[in-house]
Amino acid sequence: MTDTTFASEPVQLGRRKKAEPKKQRKLAIICSKGSLDMAYPPLILANAARMSGIEAHLFFTFWGMDVITKSKMEHLHVATVGNPNMHPSFHIPTLVGVLPGMSLMASEMMRREIARLDFPPVPEFLELLHDAGAHIYACQMAMDMMKLKPEDLVPYAEVLGAMEFLEIADEAQILFV
Amino acid sequence: MTTLLDTLAFNDEGYLLNWQQWNEQVAYEIAAEEGIELTDRHWIVIHFARKIYAENGDAPTLRQITKQTDVSTKEMYTLFPDGPAKKAAMIAGLPKPTGCI
Repeated sequence: MTDTTFASEPVQLGRRKKAEPKKQRKLAIICSKGSLDMAYPPLILANAARMSGIEAHLFFTFWGMDVITKSKMEHLHVATVGNPNMHPSFHIPTLVGVLPGMSLMASEMMRREIARLDFPPVPEFLELLHDAGAHIYACQMAMDMMKLKPEDLVPYAEVLGAMEFLEIADEAQILFV
Repeated sequence: MTTLLDTLAFNDEGYLLNWQQWNEQVAYEIAAEEGIELTDRHWIVIHFARKIYAENGDAPTLRQITKQTDVSTKEMYTLFPDGPAKKAAMIAGLPKPTGCI
C-alpha cells in the first residue's frame, strides 16, 4: 500500500528507513607488489571495505610479502628507475633516478605525503586492518621461495596456499594488485 | 503511532537532513532502529563527531575518532558494528563522512 498523503512531498517525513546493507558483501585482494606506492592501494581499499561493513581478505604473495615481513615493512621503497608513474609531483627523470640515494629520497617524499593525508605507516596500517577485522593471509609458496618463516611475518598473518585462499574468497569480489 | 523520528526529515540512506534538528533523544531513537543501545562510550564518539562537524563541516573519519578520543579501532567496531564511521555519523545526526581512512 502506498501512502498518497505524502506522495508529492520532496522530503521524506516520517519514513526513516533502517540502513540495512542489501546483502553481505565480501572483498578479496591479492597483494603482489612490495613497493611503497603499490603497497598502499590494497590496504586503503580493505580498510574502506571494513569501515563500510564489508568483509575484507588480503592475500599477500610474491613481492607483496615484503609488506607483511617485519624486517621489510618499514623500509618499502619507490622505484625511481623504470617506474612510468614518476610524475608529476614526484618527477624524477630516469637518468637522474639511477644516482645513489634517489630512490631513498623519493621514498621519503612519498612517506611524508602519505602522513600528510593521515594514512598510517605500513606496520601501523596492518595493525589497524587487523583490529578492524580484516583477514591477512601469507602465500605458502612465496614464503618457501623467499625462505621466510611464520615468525618473520606480522603475528596475525595466516599462512595458506592459493587454493585455500580461493575457497575463502568464494563469492567475494576479487582484486589483483 | 507517531514517534519523534516521524517529525524529522531523513535522506534515502537514513541520515538526518538537518543536523541542527538533532538532540540526544533523536540519537537514542536512530540508534534503536539500527539495533544499537547507546552507552557512555558511544556518547564520547557522538559528541566528538558533532564537535568536528561544527568545526569542519564534515563528519570525522574513523582515524580521526581513534586518534583524538580514547576509543580504539577495535572498540569502534564493537560499538558500531557494520560500518563504524558511517553509523557514528548517522546516530550523531550528521551526513556520511567523506574521508577514506
